[in-house]
Amino acid sequence: MESNNSYWRENLRLIFICLVIWFVVSFGFGLILVEPLNEFRLGGYKLGFWFAQQGSIYTFVALVFWYSAQMNKLDKKYDVEE
Amino acid sequence: MDELKLYTYIAVFGSFAVYFGIAWWARASSTSDFYVAGGGITPLQNGMAIGADWMSAASFISMAGLIAFLGYGGSVFLMGWTGGYVLLATLLAPYMRKHGKFTVPEFISDRYYSKTARIVAVVCLIIASLTYIIGQMKGVGVAFSRFLEVDYGLGLGIGMMVVWVYAVLGGMKGITYTQIAQYCVLIFAYTIPAVFISLQLTGNPIPQLGLGSTLADGSGVYLLDKLDLVVTDLGFKEYTTDNMGGTLNMFAYTMSLMIGTAGLPHVIMRFFTVPSVKAARSSAGYALVFIALLYTVAPAVGAMARLNLMNTIEPQAGQHMVYEERPQWFKDWENTGLLKFEDKNGDGKVQYVADAATNEMDKVDRDIMVLANPAIANLPNWVIALVAAGGLAAALSTAAGLLLAISSSISHDLMKGVLTPNLSEKSELRASRIVMTISILISGYLGLNPPGFAAGTVALAFGLAASSIFPALMMGIFSKKMSGKAAIAGMCSGIGITMLYVFQHKGIMFIPGTSFLGGLEENWFFGISPNAFGAVGAIVNFTVAFVVCKATGDAPEHIQRLVENLRIPKGSGVAHAH
Repeated sequence: MESNNSYWRENLRLIFICLVIWFVVSFGFGLILVEPLNEFRLGGYKLGFWFAQQGSIYTFVALVFWYSAQMNKLDKKYDVEE
Repeated sequence: MDELKLYTYIAVFGSFAVYFGIAWWARASSTSDFYVAGGGITPLQNGMAIGADWMSAASFISMAGLIAFLGYGGSVFLMGWTGGYVLLATLLAPYMRKHGKFTVPEFISDRYYSKTARIVAVVCLIIASLTYIIGQMKGVGVAFSRFLEVDYGLGLGIGMMVVWVYAVLGGMKGITYTQIAQYCVLIFAYTIPAVFISLQLTGNPIPQLGLGSTLADGSGVYLLDKLDLVVTDLGFKEYTTDNMGGTLNMFAYTMSLMIGTAGLPHVIMRFFTVPSVKAARSSAGYALVFIALLYTVAPAVGAMARLNLMNTIEPQAGQHMVYEERPQWFKDWENTGLLKFEDKNGDGKVQYVADAATNEMDKVDRDIMVLANPAIANLPNWVIALVAAGGLAAALSTAAGLLLAISSSISHDLMKGVLTPNLSEKSELRASRIVMTISILISGYLGLNPPGFAAGTVALAFGLAASSIFPALMMGIFSKKMSGKAAIAGMCSGIGITMLYVFQHKGIMFIPGTSFLGGLEENWFFGISPNAFGAVGAIVNFTVAFVVCKATGDAPEHIQRLVENLRIPKGSGVAHAH
């Protein structure tokens, strides 16, 4: 079915956005770019260290809720709710 | 009986009474109750239960201690064990729920139209889960022997009895409601001492903010800067930048833990208990909130424990603690052998430095940090008692989830699915209870006589889940054409290479002396430690599966239609057997 295919494509796009952000905050800011980011400060935290031990986790929580809300909208749009 | 012991008895046995009450109230009467709690758990409840299921004795007792000594390197556990939930929520949970069956191997068998695939999945699941349980049982034994001063074996026996009562009686339904209570106990037990300590050290009651604040001693120095200074003065690596084995190793380690988290069957299974696909998505979010509560406090607990420990032993630079004047907690932990002092220069004072030749703290076991933390910070006795109950809640809740994963894979996947398909619902329910009882006995035995390889096995559990189960599930959903043959080839080669790598560096079945390349870092593949190899195993799994699929042809038409149906939430219904 054509509408099911475009539902799936939109879903894949959302997943892609989530995983890009997921990767950037943890592997990007927390690991690969940690040294340059540590030049900056967030209170007593070095910024790279903060992303590795705090910031990435907060972002993960926000991501999962954002994805869930977007998917609920998508389900309605394509009329595939349970 | 002293006050501390009295409080500890009240906290521990009071919490047990609550678990029993819940178990009686939530007895299971059908296989649907037993495997998926009748499919009637709300996302919020499921989120809490996942939190307790997921946060084991390792998260509660060991993680903050690891962070305390690894510093920035400990970030791999923080990111790895939370980031996996983003993968679960977006890549697996909604579709697994849509499929609507009881177990993970059952999904694999339907999707890859193969009993062989189901058996391979059952084997992976049992190995991963059993290795995990050993750790939980050890945690129960240690908590009992340290806090109630009962024999390790007796403590273990009491723990086994408690799990038996509510897991065998209530199945998934009993386990879920008990886990909700256990989550509450463990999160209070974890955060209350942290709040006290953060308040003492920085004047800020919120540990996540306290860690980034200045010290309350009026010096205006940031806590983390002070910690960096104290540890580097003694020759240790700087706390906030100490990267465990280099960036590539940390990268692979984090990735393995994330993929492994998303592939652990006892967690995935919990998503079958909610009534809809929508609820599966949101329960992943709630689960992560509840997990993040502990995981964002843990770095504060670790750093503050390290600072308190250093300050106790060396209150001011160059001024050392006199051994005869050591505090009570120091003596208590010396008795357990987890803390050892040797007066090398004979001055009667404690020198704790990085240099092994002059260091007099022969042993500071990482696992004692969380348990000793309240005592180090001079917190009231009821807080220490709470920590004991919390550690037990963390160990018991995880053990129960793992036991259910094992018993359902045997009674539902092996017996009902492969060996004796005509099993009636009633006999299946009885069989799963018997299997669970046997699993408790086996894990209790292993907890009492931990095999020599116990320490290395948690890494193996994650490596297995990451290199076998996660790729098979993900390809099953995102690649319509992926065939059964290809998936089995992928799973076997993924596990194979991961086990080979772990064994070649840590010994075959972890027996010392049988490793053919040695545990030496210079032999590691691009410097990747054996614990971090699951990510490489997963890449091998994906690659082999795609190559085999290209060479041997796509999955049949009806399977491709099944996958298309998986991707659409419409028409999911409650999880069912057939």
